[in-house]
Amino acid sequence: MLYSIGKDSSVLLRLAQKAFHPGPIPFPLLHIDTGYKFSEMIEFRDRYTAELGVKLIVHKNQAALDEGANPFAWGTQRCCGALKTTSLLDGLRAGAFDAAIGGARRDEERSRAKERVFSFRDKRGQWDPRNQRPELWNVFNTQVHPGESLRVFPLSNWTEMDVWQYIHAENIPIVPLYFAKPRPMLVRGDSLLSIEQPIPRLPGEEPKLVMCRMRSLGCSPCTGAIYSDADTVPRIIEELVGMRRSERQNRVIDHDQDGSMELKKQEGYF
Amino acid sequence: MPSTTGALPETDLFESFLEAEKAKDLLRLSTAGSVDDGKSTLIGRLLYDSRGIYEDQLEAVTKASVGRNAGAIDFSLLTDGLRAEREQGITIDVAYRYFATPKRKFIIADTPGHEQYTRNMVTGASTAELAIVLVDARKGMLPQSRRHAYISSLLGLPNLVVAVNKMDLVGYERSVFEAIVQDFRQFLADAKIQSYFVPISALAGDNVVSPSNNMPWFDGPNLLEYLESVPVGSRSRRAPFRFPVQRVVRPDQHFRGYAGTVASGEIQPGDPVIVLPSGRRTTVQGITTFDGDLPRAEASEAVTLSLADEIDIIRGDVIVGVDELPQQSHAIEATLVWLNATPAQLGARYRIKSATRQSTCTLNSIEYRININTLAHESARSLEMNEIAVVHVDTARPLVFDAYESNRTTGSFILIDPATNATVAAGLIRRSYDEGKSGRTAQFEWQLQNGTLVLSLRNSNAGFTASTDEESSANSGPVAIEDIEAADALEHLLRRLRISLPNRSESEEGDYTI
Repeated sequence: MLYSIGKDSSVLLRLAQKAFHPGPIPFPLLHIDTGYKFSEMIEFRDRYTAELGVKLIVHKNQAALDEGANPFAWGTQRCCGALKTTSLLDGLRAGAFDAAIGGARRDEERSRAKERVFSFRDKRGQWDPRNQRPELWNVFNTQVHPGESLRVFPLSNWTEMDVWQYIHAENIPIVPLYFAKPRPMLVRGDSLLSIEQPIPRLPGEEPKLVMCRMRSLGCSPCTGAIYSDADTVPRIIEELVGMRRSERQNRVIDHDQDGSMELKKQEGYF
Repeated sequence: MPSTTGALPETDLFESFLEAEKAKDLLRLSTAGSVDDGKSTLIGRLLYDSRGIYEDQLEAVTKASVGRNAGAIDFSLLTDGLRAEREQGITIDVAYRYFATPKRKFIIADTPGHEQYTRNMVTGASTAELAIVLVDARKGMLPQSRRHAYISSLLGLPNLVVAVNKMDLVGYERSVFEAIVQDFRQFLADAKIQSYFVPISALAGDNVVSPSNNMPWFDGPNLLEYLESVPVGSRSRRAPFRFPVQRVVRPDQHFRGYAGTVASGEIQPGDPVIVLPSGRRTTVQGITTFDGDLPRAEASEAVTLSLADEIDIIRGDVIVGVDELPQQSHAIEATLVWLNATPAQLGARYRIKSATRQSTCTLNSIEYRININTLAHESARSLEMNEIAVVHVDTARPLVFDAYESNRTTGSFILIDPATNATVAAGLIRRSYDEGKSGRTAQFEWQLQNGTLVLSLRNSNAGFTASTDEESSANSGPVAIEDIEAADALEHLLRRLRISLPNRSESEEGDYTI
C-alpha cells in the first residue's frame, strides 16, 4: 500500500485494518520520501505505523537528491519526476510489487475522474488513458503479466467531504498540519508558503505569523497553506461546507501546464 | 481570503448536520447522449448549480475556453477531463462526477454517446440505478437515443429519465416535447424500466435545477427535484441472501471466518445457510467486524461470517440462504456485450470472473445477435466490439448464479482474454441453457493403482467433503482441482473420451479409468 501520510492514507489504513480484521494487514506500506516532506509528517508516519504494527518501507531517490534535486533549481516538473515518479517506480520494482494500493480519489482532479479502481500499468509503469480496461459492476480484472502492475484506488468514489466525515466518525489520527494554528509563513499574493525548507525569498520578504492550516499535504516547498482557524475536525468540516476552492489549488505542481496531472500520471506518477 | 462562513456552529448544530449527512442516501446515475446533445453542458450545470465545482476549477476552464466556440462559461470543459478530449472536443471515456444536494449524494457516470463507445455506456450503466438519456428536441428520438434506452433497460436500471434538451431552440413548444414522449413510450412499451420525461434547456437552465418560466405548460418536477426524490436501493435488501466469499480469514487456530460483502438479502447469527458449490449446510455463528460483532448484516455491508461447522470453503464459493437457492451450472446462457477490438471467436477460451469466482470458459455458440437499433435478432458467427448477443458459454468450474434480472452481483460476469489480460466482454446471465447437466462440477477423486490413474467424479451437490485421513491422502483421495486450467483440461479430456458426466439423479458418484 502506497502511504503518503496524508488524510487519505490515514483513511486507507483504517479501511485495511477493517478489511482484514481480525487478521493483521497482510501487506507492507511503501512511503516515497522526497526528502522535502514536513518534519511533522515524518514524525507522524513513524509513530503511527509503529503503533499499528504495520511494516513500513521508505524509498528515497538519494541519487537525485545528491545531484541537488530541488524545485527551485530543477523546476517542479523535473523535481517531481525524479523524486516522486522515478522514485515510486524504483520503489515498486525493488519490492517486485504487482499491485500498489493508493488513496487517490476521482473528485480531486479532472484527469483522475477517468481513472479506474483497478488501474493497469504497463512494464514501464505507465498509464494509457485511451486504452483502459472497462470496469463493470464491482467485478475487477486483476490479471497482469510479469513486470506489469496495477494501481488500486479503493477511495475512488469518495469525496473530500466523505473523507473528513469518516475521519470524524472513526476518530482517525491525522498529521497536526491539517489543524489551524499560528505558523510563520511567507505571504506571497494569495499563497502562504512554509519556511520549513529554505526557499528563495523575494527582496525584503520576511515570514509572518499567520493563522493557517494545510488542506492537503505534499512537499513543504510546493504545498501552500490556507488561511483558516479550523483547529478541530468538526471545524474543518464546517469550513469545507463553505469552501469555494478545491483542495489541490494550493498544489503548485498541478498547474505547471494545462493537463499537467494527466501527463504526470501517464509517466507513472501516482 | 478567510474561508469560514460566519460563526462556528454550536456543537449540537454540528451534530445535527452530521446526522443529516449520514441519513443522505446515494443515487448513482449514468448519463448518455451524443456529442451534440449537450450532455456535458447539462452535467456542468448540475455540478455548478449545486456548488459541486470549485472556483479554481472554473477558472481553469474559463482559461481554456479562449478560442473555442462557446458561451460565457463552457460547462462541457469541466467534464471533458483528458487533454485528447479537450483538443478534439469529444468525450472518449467514462468519467465519474460527484455532487451532493441537501437531500442526496450523487455519483454520475458520464459516458459518451457515439456508437463506437457503446462499451463505455454499458460500463457506466453497470453501477447505476438511473439513466438520463438526453434527446435533442430538434432531432427527436435518434438511433442512439434508442440504443441508450435499450442498454439502460438491459443493464437492469430501474429508472430512466428522458431529458428533452434544447427546448429553447424549438421555441419551448409543447407539441415538440409531447411527440418525443409519444415515440419513446412506444419504444419502451415492453421494458421494465420506470421512465420520466422532462423538457429542459441545459444551456439556459430551464427545468434543470429550477422551474422554467418559458414552459408554464409543464408542471412536473424539474430534473434535479426528480433525481432527489426517486426511490433507490430497496431492491437488493429484499432479495434472498447471497454472500460471495472474498477471502478466508484465519489469523490463528481459534478463528476461521469468511470475508466478503453481502450481495443481497440479510443475515443474522443462527440463520441456516448453504455453502455452494459444495452444498454443505450449516448455520451462521457470528458476524465479525473491526467494530465488534453485529446482530445482523444486510446488502452492501462488508463483514466476516463465521460458521458453526468446519467446512472447506475457498474464495469464490457463495454462502446463501436456504430458501431460494441460486442455480449452479457449467452451461450458461447470457447476454454478452463485446468490449474489445479483437472480435469474439466461437470456441475460444476466456477467463470468466463472476462475483469473486474465477474460472475458464469456452464460447460455445452465438444464439443470436441483437441489433440495438431495431432490437431484431440476427444470426452471427462472431462478435465485434460494441455488439450485443445472446450466447452459450461452458465454464470449467460450475458457476453459482442467479439470473441478472434478479441479482446484478451473482448474475453478472466479465470475460478476460488469457493472452492479453484485456477485459473483453460483459455478461448478463439469463439461465442455464442445459438444465439437465446443471449441478455437474469438475471435482474428481483420484487413485494410483499399479501405475494407472483412476479418476472418479463426484457430484458436489451430494455434499462432497475432503478426506482427513492423512495416510490415504498421500497417493489417493478426493481432490477439488483448484488449478482451473488443469480442471478444464481434465474435463475436456473426459469429454473427448466420450465419458459422459453423470446427472445427480442417476448417480451420486462415478468411477472412470483412463
